[in-house]
Amino acid sequence: MKVSFRGGVHPAHHSKRPTQHLPVEAFVSDTVRIIMSMHIGAPSTPCVKKGDLVKVGQVIGEPVGALGIPVHASVSGEVIAVEKIPYLGAQPVECVTIRNDFADTWVELNPLGNVESVDPALIVPAIKNAGICGMGGASFPTHIKLSPREGQQCETILVNGAECETHLTADHRLMLENSDRIVDGVRAAMRAVNAKEGIIAIEDNKPDAIKAMIKACHGRENVRVQVMRTKYPQGGEKQLIEACTGKQVPSGKLPLDVGVVVLNVGTCAAIADAVIDGKPLIERITTVTGGVRNPANLLLRIGTITEDVIGHCGGFAVTPGKVCFGGAMTGLCLPNISIPMAKSTNGIVVYSEEEAASVEEDACIRCGKCVSVCPIGLNPFEIKLAADKDDMEKAKSLNVMDCVLCGCCSFECPARRWLTASFKMAKQKIAAQAKAKGGK
Amino acid sequence: MTILYAALCLGALGLVFGLVLTFASKKFHVEVDERVEQVKACTGQANCGACGYAGCEAFAQAVVEGKAKPNGCAPAGAEGARKIGEIMGVAVETGERNVARVLCNGVKGVAKETSRYDGYRSCVVAADIAGGPKACRFSCIGLGDCMDHCAFNAISMVDGVAHINADLCTACGACVNACPRSVIKLMPISQKVIVRCRNSDMARVARESCMRACIGCGRCKKECKYDAIVVENGFARIDPEKCTRCGECAKVCPCNCITVE
Repeated sequence: MKVSFRGGVHPAHHSKRPTQHLPVEAFVSDTVRIIMSMHIGAPSTPCVKKGDLVKVGQVIGEPVGALGIPVHASVSGEVIAVEKIPYLGAQPVECVTIRNDFADTWVELNPLGNVESVDPALIVPAIKNAGICGMGGASFPTHIKLSPREGQQCETILVNGAECETHLTADHRLMLENSDRIVDGVRAAMRAVNAKEGIIAIEDNKPDAIKAMIKACHGRENVRVQVMRTKYPQGGEKQLIEACTGKQVPSGKLPLDVGVVVLNVGTCAAIADAVIDGKPLIERITTVTGGVRNPANLLLRIGTITEDVIGHCGGFAVTPGKVCFGGAMTGLCLPNISIPMAKSTNGIVVYSEEEAASVEEDACIRCGKCVSVCPIGLNPFEIKLAADKDDMEKAKSLNVMDCVLCGCCSFECPARRWLTASFKMAKQKIAAQAKAKGGK
Repeated sequence: MTILYAALCLGALGLVFGLVLTFASKKFHVEVDERVEQVKACTGQANCGACGYAGCEAFAQAVVEGKAKPNGCAPAGAEGARKIGEIMGVAVETGERNVARVLCNGVKGVAKETSRYDGYRSCVVAADIAGGPKACRFSCIGLGDCMDHCAFNAISMVDGVAHINADLCTACGACVNACPRSVIKLMPISQKVIVRCRNSDMARVARESCMRACIGCGRCKKECKYDAIVVENGFARIDPEKCTRCGECAKVCPCNCITVE
């Protein structure tokens, strides 16, 4: 039975075509720039200085705070700079630049062995030490997800192989080419939190991946594949939980409150690497597509510079208007192409000038399409009116804080109103107000 | 004849209702302190909220009840505060009038732009996308969040930087709160010599991002005979108490980031 959630849209399926049949190839560049805040939470502190020689997998950023995870060198070579660089957010971030000596000398690794026989208590610390954070986009530290609080019990590990975003095929290729690793990772996560069940959820537009994963799950304890109808934002955490388990995560609560932990397929493979081989997270699969000459699925070292990646893919095929990390719906726009990719960069998509141009917004015609596609069940048109008038109290009472910024409303709006952008602004303003109040 | 009846009926009804209303207004009369209305008339009447009350009415009520100070209304200014003091029968201390100043001079062509922003027109949103469209992360973004919040039409956008008309500004502070970059500061109106930059980056980085960035070179500090300038966090700051408004610092600034109004 194919499952799904309420609402949602069907954006540009054809965008996946250029890369979905291309096998993953590795690309290592001569310089990497590794930023210290690839995860949600306090940025790590660089613990190397200019001139140091580092090995692959060496810790170059010490974790800070409860949500902190270490950052590892993804190539061996010499540190040529430790400085602050502008990144995707408002503030510049610390960055360690390493020149690759192409020797690939590794630090000594501490493998834990088979996921079925390892002591479950060792799994979560291994995940933390490997610097693993959510690789689907939100980059939440994985060891926190797998550490239930007092009174919480994780029943289900839900693995997100939906890849509902446009353009991206990184998870698709990973499921095809490395299915056993993913299942190993799921088993490790299940054993770490003593979960009863592991569900790998895949959209029905990837029949080959479904087949490969079913084969990989064969003979493994309590792991199964769940086929879902293709729809965006199927891969959203709360939508996925609703589709697969029928449970709804209450407003302001976390998936663990309903006994579910959602992990991306990439994260699961990274967990398997961390447990079986003791390898930290130093590389990931990234789809490079859109206006480049040779679109590809690349296995990139963390910190590879966008410009090098685009160069490897034959350069721009169009006059670039915008380069984004991630798909068309939730991708983040880069200020320039010297920005390095991070642990959560699942795609680098180039848009031409025409594609990137914004459209003037028109008046709302009260058609209600935004309401029918909202996966959360909000009234986007009404929130937009409040947000435009800067009436944050009203926006809050219309539950703007539950908005997941999926962009379905903006995609569907015939008047091309900038709904999602205004909700993002409202969420920021409300969070800033709450912070200011709490600070006093 | 019919028309006469109708007129009589309506007239009688009107008379009865009139009498009832007159009686009700006498009987259920609520004692309102007339000073509330008078105080309200002296305020800025813009409901800007700078006083911390829900609106001008609430502020006037608070003044009459003695909860708020007569000089609590920024838009009313010294004159308004004096009038309110007269109504309340108290002496009012009024300092110098404040005015909001934009501490950024990075107009088009001077401040380097890293990208073209054509998204949602709000500085708050633009500031959060890759550090904003301008290379300088201390700059005025120029999309006009402050302008939208100004109840007195004192702000306009000139060449991508907010410009505040000091004559119209009442120092209510709405723009100061609206700015995501904190580029706007309230200053005494007589402070005519202003360092229009607060870039605390290293001089090289600051200079790369804007031709009028303060690089913290300290030339102004050396030039100042009154010891009124301090260079902190990489940019100069003028102490209004010590400054004599001579404007010598502006003449020597290599980056033209000190202006004299």
